[in-house]
Amino acid sequence: MSSEPDRSISTMPDGLWTQPTPSVPVDLGDDPVRRQVVPASMRYDYTPGLATTRFLRGLAEKRFLGERCPQTGDVYIPPRGVSPVSGLRTTEQVEVGPKATITSFCVVHIGFGVNAPPTPFVSALFLPDGAAVSLYGTMGEVPHDQVRIGMRVEPVWVDDDQLTTSMENIRYWRPIDEPDVPAEQLKGHM
Amino acid sequence: MAADDDGPDTAGGASGGGDGDLLRAPLVIEYPFNRTTGPVVGAFVTALRNRTVLGIRAADGRVVCPPVEYDPQTGAPLHELVEVSDTGTITSWSWVDRIREGQPVQSPHALALIRLDGADTAMLHVVDAPGPEAVSTGARVRIRWADEPTGAITDIACFELDGGAS
Repeated sequence: MSSEPDRSISTMPDGLWTQPTPSVPVDLGDDPVRRQVVPASMRYDYTPGLATTRFLRGLAEKRFLGERCPQTGDVYIPPRGVSPVSGLRTTEQVEVGPKATITSFCVVHIGFGVNAPPTPFVSALFLPDGAAVSLYGTMGEVPHDQVRIGMRVEPVWVDDDQLTTSMENIRYWRPIDEPDVPAEQLKGHM
Repeated sequence: MAADDDGPDTAGGASGGGDGDLLRAPLVIEYPFNRTTGPVVGAFVTALRNRTVLGIRAADGRVVCPPVEYDPQTGAPLHELVEVSDTGTITSWSWVDRIREGQPVQSPHALALIRLDGADTAMLHVVDAPGPEAVSTGARVRIRWADEPTGAITDIACFELDGGAS
């Protein structure tokens, strides 16, 4: 039987943590179970709320609809119906983007999930022109080592007949031929 | 929608209005955990693959099934796996009428705590029974093994009522 500990995934320093190796009264054969895939799944009936519903309906028309904080004037996207800064209800809908600036990014080498692009790819935060906060997405049409903070980008949408009320309308973002935005100007939006 | 909800002005006739039909969509959050079993649980599920059930002897001599790595009372490591029976006794149960996705039996069934013969603790599993009137605490049950065991708790397809009384 396989009383040999399985060290193929991680190794703990001796004495820090051990598992007992039990005696076994039956023959377990040459191929004992060492690991299992155990899916944990939760199914929700998700409703995004009124403000985000307005945003998602805008996406179906390839438009970014944020909402403005009445106190600070900042435009939040996706809107949640209240300003996260003042707590006040947002009262004005504002179209932002679609051009945007990368405020932060990450080169992903280990993808997971059914929709992950081939690795390595770049996930990034995209600050649409006129918005105070960034949208999450992935970069395309550029080598991963040429992405930089301040890079100007635009969304690449799915075909018109594929548009739904979903962020998946954006296939990815790609660079546009505009000068980078200095990082100084992105302060407060990172 | 609530009649008193006044959304923001929809500038320029933005289509963002339409508050009347709030969006709604199915959302699945799923993690495909890849877990290491360790020597105790690994032995347990490997034995299930061979249609054998193992428990483990606790410090006070009781047999815990399914087996655990550490003593439930003292936390001391446990070392002696023992074979228990594929028959047992229902110690508690409830009837499941509404079947949800992923449940091991796709018809109304009992979820029961079952103390296998040779064990001193009970394990949670499904009892496939014609109806709640057929199930009772103290009823005798027997493992129905999966046709194609894989080395998982689901190698016990379910329990079925074991004909006669104990």
